[in-house]
Amino acid sequence: MSQEKHHIVSYKTHVFVLLALLVLTALSVAITRVELGPLNTAAALLIACIKATIVLAWFMHLKFESRFFTVMVSAVIILFLLVILVTFFDYSYR
Amino acid sequence: MSEANYAHNVSYLDYKGQYKGLLGWIFSTDHKRIGLLYLYTMLAFFSVGAILGLLMKTELIAPGNTLMGPQTYNAFFTLHGIIMIFVIVVPGLPAVFGNFFLPIMIGAKDVAFPRLNLLSWWLYVLGILIVLTSQFLGDGPPDTGWTFYAPYSFRTPANVLPAVFGAFVMGFSSILTGINFVVTIHRMRAPGMTWFKMPLFPWTLYGTAWIQILATPVIGITLLLIVAERILGIGIFDPALGGDPILYQHLFWIYSHPAVYIMILPGMGVISEVIPVFSRKTIFGYKAIVLSTMAIAFVGYFVWGHHMFTSGMSGRALYTFSFLTFLVAIPSAIKVFNWVSTMHKGSLDMQTPFYWAVSFIFVFMIGGLTGLVLGSLATNVHVHDTHFVVAHFHYIVFGGTGFAFMAAIHYWFPKMFGRMYDLGWANLGWGIFFIGFNTLYLPMFFLGIQGMPRRYYDYLPDFHGGNIISSLGAWVMISGIVIIFANLIRSARYGQKTTEKNPWGGKTLEWQVDTPPTLENFEEIPVIEKGPYDFED
Repeated sequence: MSQEKHHIVSYKTHVFVLLALLVLTALSVAITRVELGPLNTAAALLIACIKATIVLAWFMHLKFESRFFTVMVSAVIILFLLVILVTFFDYSYR
Repeated sequence: MSEANYAHNVSYLDYKGQYKGLLGWIFSTDHKRIGLLYLYTMLAFFSVGAILGLLMKTELIAPGNTLMGPQTYNAFFTLHGIIMIFVIVVPGLPAVFGNFFLPIMIGAKDVAFPRLNLLSWWLYVLGILIVLTSQFLGDGPPDTGWTFYAPYSFRTPANVLPAVFGAFVMGFSSILTGINFVVTIHRMRAPGMTWFKMPLFPWTLYGTAWIQILATPVIGITLLLIVAERILGIGIFDPALGGDPILYQHLFWIYSHPAVYIMILPGMGVISEVIPVFSRKTIFGYKAIVLSTMAIAFVGYFVWGHHMFTSGMSGRALYTFSFLTFLVAIPSAIKVFNWVSTMHKGSLDMQTPFYWAVSFIFVFMIGGLTGLVLGSLATNVHVHDTHFVVAHFHYIVFGGTGFAFMAAIHYWFPKMFGRMYDLGWANLGWGIFFIGFNTLYLPMFFLGIQGMPRRYYDYLPDFHGGNIISSLGAWVMISGIVIIFANLIRSARYGQKTTEKNPWGGKTLEWQVDTPPTLENFEEIPVIEKGPYDFED
C-alpha cells in the first residue's frame, strides 16, 4: 500500500464540533415552538442536513481527505436529491 | 516447495489450504472458488425456477384447471419471480463471472476484501434458505407476486414475512459485492491500467456496483416497512390507516428498476468481451461503450415510474417518466450499434460463445423495441399487466442476462475448469434453446395485445391458440437447457483436459494466466501498456 497520511484532529476542534452539534440540536427543538406551517419540516430538515455535513466533514474526516472523496460523496447526495425531486413530480401534482 | 511458490504453481482447484473437501470451498476466501460457489448455487435454484415456470406454462396450455388451481398458480409465479430475480439474475453475472474474472482482468491477486466476499455468499445462501422456509411454514406459501405490492402484501394471510425478510438478507449480499467491486477497481488495477485501458466487462461491473450500493438499501428499508406494516400496522402504506399504497410502488421501483440494470449491464459487458474476440477486431467505439455504460447506470435511476403508469400518478409524473424512459434507450442503442460495427468487416469465428452473443443482440433488440411500446403512455394503458409485459421482460431479463450468462459460461469455461466442453452438443443446445425461447415468448406479445392478462391461471377460449404454441415452446426451450447443462456439467468433470492459456485468441489479461488459474492468478503483476482489445498486430 502507498504511504497513507493520517490527519489527527485536535481535541479543541472536536469540542467545537460537539458544541456546534449540541447548539443545532437545541435549535431544532426550539424551532418547533415557532409557527411556520409547512416550513417547520423544511427548517428541521435543513438543520439536520447541516449537522450531517458537520459529522461527515470532521468526525468522518471528509474535510481532510483528497477532493476525490468529496466529489464522490457529493455526487451520491445529488443523485439522492434528484430521486426525491422526481418522486415529487407525482406528489406535488396529484 | 515454499508457500509462495506453491500458490504460484498449483491451480486454484487443486490448492490445499487450511481445510479439505467441501469445507475447503465454503470457507475459501479465493475469489475464484467463491465465484464457483455462486455458480453451483445458481445452477440448483435456476433448475427449481425453471421447473416452476414450465409447470405454469403447462397449466396454461388449455383453458380451465389443467394442472393446478388459482392459489397454487399464485404461489408458483411468486416463487418463480423471487428465485429468478433475487437469486439468479440480480447476483448472476457479477457474483459468478465478476468474482472469478474481475481481479484477473484488472491484474490483481484477489478482490479488495476477500472475507467480505465470502460473507456475501453466506448471506446469499442464508437469504435463500429464509425465503424457502416461507414455502413450508405458516399459512401457505406467499401469493403476492415477487413485487409484494401493498396493500395486499400485508392483508394476505399467506406467509409473506419470511419471503420479504429473505429478500432483505440477499440485498446485503448484493451491497457487499458492490462495495467490494468498487474498491477493487479503484485500488487494485495493475500498473499502467488507466481507466480507459480497462476491459469493458470490469467497466460494466463498476457501473453495476454503484447501482448495487446506492439502490439496494432502498428496497431493504421498503421490505422492512412491509414487515412493520404486517406486524405493527404502522400505516405508511395502508390506505385504511391513512397511508399511501402508491408510495410503496415508488419505493419498490426506485430499487427494482435500477436492479434491471444490475441484471443487464454485466451482460452487456460480457457481450462486449466476446464480440471483438470472435470478430478478430478491436471493439468499435470503446469510449462510447464506456460512457453509455455509465449513462445507463445513471439514467436508470430515474425511470422507475414507468412501472406505475396505470397506478394513479399525476399527469406530470407520467410524461416525465415516459420521457426519461425513452432517454435510456439511447445509450442502450449505442452499445448495439457498437457491437454490430465491431462485427462489420471482421473475420468472424463461428463458435458457441459467439452464437450466444449474436443471439443476445437479436433477442435484446426485440425486448428493447417492445420496451418502447410500454414506455409510451397511450400504448402502455392498453398492454399494462398483460402477457405483452411478460414477454417483454422475459426477452430482456432472460434473453439479455440469460443469453449473456450462457455466452460467458461458454466463453470462459475452459479457463475456469481447465477442461473443454463438447462443441457439437453446445451448438445443438444453443439452437434448440433459441428456437424454444422465441416460440415460448413471441406469442405472448400477440396474446397481450389481444388482452390476455398476466398472473391468471385461466383464460378465455379466444387466447387458446397462442397459448398452445407458447407452452410447446416452453418444453422445447427446457430441452435445450437440459442439453446445455448436461454438456457443461459432464465436461466440467470428464471433459477434454486443456492447459492452453488462450483457446479463443483473446487479448485481455485472463487469457495470459495459466489454465486453470493459480491461487494468486499472477506470478508477477503485469504492467499494462496496450488497450484491452488490441487486435491490430
